Amino acid sequence: MSISPFILASSAILIFLSIPLLVPLFLRHQRLLINISSLIAAIASLLAVTAGVWTVWKGSTESYIILLGLPDLPFHLRLDPLSGFFFTVIGLLGFFVSIYSIGYVKGFLSHRPVNRLIVFYNLFMAGMFMVIIADDAFFFLISWEIMAAASYFLVMFEDEKAENRKGAFIYILVAHVGAIAILLSFGVMASLATGFENFGGYTFDAMRQTEFPIKWATAAFLLAFLGFSAKAGVFPLHVWLPEAHPVAPSNVSALMSGVMLKTAIYGIVRVTFDIIKDFPWWWGVIVLIFGLLSAVMGVLYALMQHDLKRLLAYHSVENIGIILIGIGLAMTFTSFHLPVLAALAITAGLYHTLNHAMFKGLLFMGAGAVLHATRVRNMEEMGGLIHKMPWTAALFLIGCISISALPPFNGFVSEWLTFQAFLLSPSLPSPILKLIFPLAAALLALTAALAATCFVKAFGITFLGQWRGHHTHVHEASWSMRIGMILTAVSCLFLGVFPTMVISWMDIIPEKLVGGSLTTTAGQFGWLWLTPISHSRASYSAPLVFLIILVVVLLIYIFLHTRKTAIHRGPLWDCGFEKIDTRMQYTGTSFAMPIRRIFGFIFMIKETVRIEASTGTPGHNIFPKSIHYRLRVRDRMWGWIYSPVADASFWIARKTGKLQQGRIQVYLVYSFVTIIILLVLL
Amino acid sequence: MNVFSPLFVMCLQFIAVLFAAPAFAGWVRMVKCWFQGRKSAGLFQPYRDIFKLLHKDVVLAENASWIFRFTPFLVFGTTVLAGVIIPILSIDLPLSATADAIALVALFTIARFFTALAGLDIGTAFGGMGSSREKTVASMSEPAMLMAIFTVSLVSQSTSISHMVNVIAHGEFVLRPSLAFALLAFILIALAETGRIPVDNPATHLELTMIHEAMILEYSGRHLALIEWAGMMKLFLFTTLGIALFFPWGIAAAGDITFLPVAILLLLIKLFFAGIGLVLIETGLAKMRLFRIQEFLGSAFLFATLGLLSYFMLE
Repeated sequence: MSISPFILASSAILIFLSIPLLVPLFLRHQRLLINISSLIAAIASLLAVTAGVWTVWKGSTESYIILLGLPDLPFHLRLDPLSGFFFTVIGLLGFFVSIYSIGYVKGFLSHRPVNRLIVFYNLFMAGMFMVIIADDAFFFLISWEIMAAASYFLVMFEDEKAENRKGAFIYILVAHVGAIAILLSFGVMASLATGFENFGGYTFDAMRQTEFPIKWATAAFLLAFLGFSAKAGVFPLHVWLPEAHPVAPSNVSALMSGVMLKTAIYGIVRVTFDIIKDFPWWWGVIVLIFGLLSAVMGVLYALMQHDLKRLLAYHSVENIGIILIGIGLAMTFTSFHLPVLAALAITAGLYHTLNHAMFKGLLFMGAGAVLHATRVRNMEEMGGLIHKMPWTAALFLIGCISISALPPFNGFVSEWLTFQAFLLSPSLPSPILKLIFPLAAALLALTAALAATCFVKAFGITFLGQWRGHHTHVHEASWSMRIGMILTAVSCLFLGVFPTMVISWMDIIPEKLVGGSLTTTAGQFGWLWLTPISHSRASYSAPLVFLIILVVVLLIYIFLHTRKTAIHRGPLWDCGFEKIDTRMQYTGTSFAMPIRRIFGFIFMIKETVRIEASTGTPGHNIFPKSIHYRLRVRDRMWGWIYSPVADASFWIARKTGKLQQGRIQVYLVYSFVTIIILLVLL
Repeated sequence: MNVFSPLFVMCLQFIAVLFAAPAFAGWVRMVKCWFQGRKSAGLFQPYRDIFKLLHKDVVLAENASWIFRFTPFLVFGTTVLAGVIIPILSIDLPLSATADAIALVALFTIARFFTALAGLDIGTAFGGMGSSREKTVASMSEPAMLMAIFTVSLVSQSTSISHMVNVIAHGEFVLRPSLAFALLAFILIALAETGRIPVDNPATHLELTMIHEAMILEYSGRHLALIEWAGMMKLFLFTTLGIALFFPWGIAAAGDITFLPVAILLLLIKLFFAGIGLVLIETGLAKMRLFRIQEFLGSAFLFATLGLLSYFMLE
């Protein structure tokens, strides 16, 4: 049997599924267990990357049927360019995070055994790959549940803490509401594919060949979008992210935020572009609207956070929004039969998927290193870490620049492509859409600008200034953690500087999905210029931007440093007062205060100031003994959606609880009445 | 000759941006002095300032990290890059395709991102205050700026700046209401972006009103020289960008090097009047309270949106 991408992909999955078997062998040698299992996981991830890159490169599609599962319901597997792309994304971050885990997981050894973490980490990876490779509804949902359950146990890893249990519970609840919606969506499509007589319609192939009536297709799409949105953390179903991500181990947060959310993006793309194919324009507008909402609300809530990982979790909401904007645009363009524009928009969405996996993975790994070193999550207690952790600081900064969409790093490329897609909206036939789309582009611009503000805050308060914490023992991350982060940072730079290479590699995906492709090799220097439509339309040359900035900076540096002027170090300017201490620095809360005030109507803000007057002189608050300031910013969605739903379900539970009398006679009467009713009806 | 002419134009423009920017800043200060009844220090005072700062020693705060030292160089580098992208004298600019209008906005964002980080780096309340305010203003001015640029790009069907300028300069002359609105929005945004009254006051050192100055308060010597110089270039570039986008007539066409002296002369005249216009705005208005800036930038955004609407409805 010759080696094909499919063989590599399935062997990667099998390796991930079998790593948990190693755990019983090394129960007493935890360090060795961590080294071995992480290395094998890294190798398996590399296999998956190879499989993915190869599939997209060849543009091949391989499908297999495996005789496992229920009788007459074998598993269908399929590796096409779209799955290949997601294999690459998941495998790449999986590889980096697995290297990072070697050092990171050892940090838990002083408190607890890590067996559970290793078992579920690998099951989680396997589950994600299985979701991508599945080609029938049955196997897809099994894999989906393996992924959800494994990640639930990972969030629960430190289960002695109440917030972990709460976060994990909210996560599994939202995940299952989503899973039900996905199940129903597949049910609708499968029943239309073959009717209710047999089960043949549960394969995606059967669904692809069916032409759905528009009414049922809409029902299936809305259900699928609801289900996948719950997993992706689309506003207003995002509330589980800021609860679950901060409490999970950081390598798991990196994977959950970086790639698990992307399986939901994969699901949306698969269902709309591949299975349903033919849809009205307003589906795209729905996706676009929810994308915009998630992007703007995600970044505004992120600005209000002072827990580093919570802040990053809200940014995942924002970035999923940006990806959905690209996909929503692609859907609108497809429904108006504009394949080239659709190709541009979907490339923007998918490229942002890849970019977000890289920089969000990097940021969560960096946050993990900081948490590991300082043992606090609140960034108001950090500061000045750039002196104590120079490597982590530099790498985290690269993540911040990338996510803030600044050239020449990768976040800019995909946002630039999304803007280009927006600006092509005048070719749409509908006048209202022509008008609305540029306004939507302005919201995206607002998101990008606020994201840059938020990451100035995140990096500035955490790493710059002076150390605000109590203990002084802070150490740099271990080498394996650093290598994992360095590799991720390098890929961020590569994706930013050579976007043309990556886009011409993945050009096959839009060609298969929407029937159009980007001609990136316009002009003389194909790899140098990114020209999505034509040279006179727009162009961006990341290598030149990078090179010119680098050369100018180096030249001035050399020019100015050959002079005789010296550099002295002096104390801070303290306006003539005696001594300024570290508590007088600007904090994250004060940094975000202007934004809080301007966009205050969006949040639920509770601000209380209590002044304790100095004793002996009642009424004199001019020199108070102490001032207590308390600020609480909450998500309005809790009050608007979640509390009513929770109250309603408790109310229903109480009412139905009255049926349970606890007396056998009453239950017998229930059964009797039920039988009578059934007999009458049937 | 024709092969070298774009390169020649680029070098000329590079030199012009580097060395004419302080003169333009000097011109603005001079006119301002006259308007306020003061005696001016002359057109060449900014050069003397930069020269003096370059020869002074640097005093760094004790806990300043490499970010603080790296920022001036990066700010200068990105501004220089922006300077060779914007077509000032001729449309035929070889590096103009390197970055389009969206990337240009992002280039200025890099400079601002790092300046804000440098403000937080030293760990004083002043620096943090400046960073926080600057980033707040930026989060509202950048979307408005992009909206203004989108309006112009709808007219020209492109986001490549030299192509946009070409369409407006050499296309059929039509009075477009969309461009009038975009110009109005652009002026408001340019005031905010370059830190002029009524958003920020470049001459203040009073803590209640500082925005940009608060961030760079701890800089000295050559670092300060680079930042000040980059600030002057930014003012110059925003003015010339506005001229190129809205009043490009007279700019040299592709391959037409003989037209260059005329282009230079016309540019000088335009800058002369732009400087007076800026001073009229600055002396006529008072500085706004910090929490009125969002209304100011909101109206800029509104003008840009109106420009967009009028493009679709009237043109």
